[in-house]
Amino acid sequence: MLISNLELVPGKKILKHLGLVQGSTVRAKHVGRDIMAGLKNVFGGELKGYTELLEDSRTEAIERMQKQAEAIGGNAIINVRFSTSSVAQGASEIFVYGTAVVVE
Amino acid sequence: MENFIGLISFLVLMIAGYLFGSYAERKHYKSILQREEQYRNVVLMALRLPRVSHVEHTQLVSGSVVISVDYFKRFLASLRMLVGGRLNSYESLLDRARREAILRMQKQASDMNASSVYNIKFETSSISKGQKDRVGSIEVLAYGTAIVGK
Repeated sequence: MLISNLELVPGKKILKHLGLVQGSTVRAKHVGRDIMAGLKNVFGGELKGYTELLEDSRTEAIERMQKQAEAIGGNAIINVRFSTSSVAQGASEIFVYGTAVVVE
Repeated sequence: MENFIGLISFLVLMIAGYLFGSYAERKHYKSILQREEQYRNVVLMALRLPRVSHVEHTQLVSGSVVISVDYFKRFLASLRMLVGGRLNSYESLLDRARREAILRMQKQASDMNASSVYNIKFETSSISKGQKDRVGSIEVLAYGTAIVGK
């Protein structure tokens, strides 16, 4: 499936707009990573555990969005946007949305 | 006695934060400059619509990083917050995070032989608001559409 954050698909014609599709996931970090993060808060630097965690949850959110688009018969998602919000201490929501379309 | 132990641990944390933090920052900036040179062939554009005549295919690329400020700089920032003004220590943190996120996105684009990345957007959020609502660590996400073609 074609996923892009442009408003059109270059070189291809959009045949039909199917409307908004979305995917989201809420993840919390686990204790081991939290201890490492505590150390990193003293020394500074990248928190690799968190980067991976957020990367994974972003992939999952995109997968959910893709499933939704497939269910309504789209073969591409355009104008995709990401949004992150912290729901509670130590947990964050990753939200991704876009427009499902049918392209040639 | 308890005050004394508190003072000692504070000093140790300050010194460790200063030494490791400034070392990590220097190393990071060096690697950022080196990789920026390496991925110069991927053109980054903030334009919404691509100005490319021949497009083979397009794909969403993204790069993200979570990065934390060290203890020493956080203390400096808390002092600065009393009088207001520029927070130098957080400025360099955000600068490093943005450039790192861009580089990771560029690497993804370069791995799929893309010539340019269009419509780049940024997302910044603070991960651990934690104690007293301080910015401990921040996450930056950069994303855009990689275009393979001429």
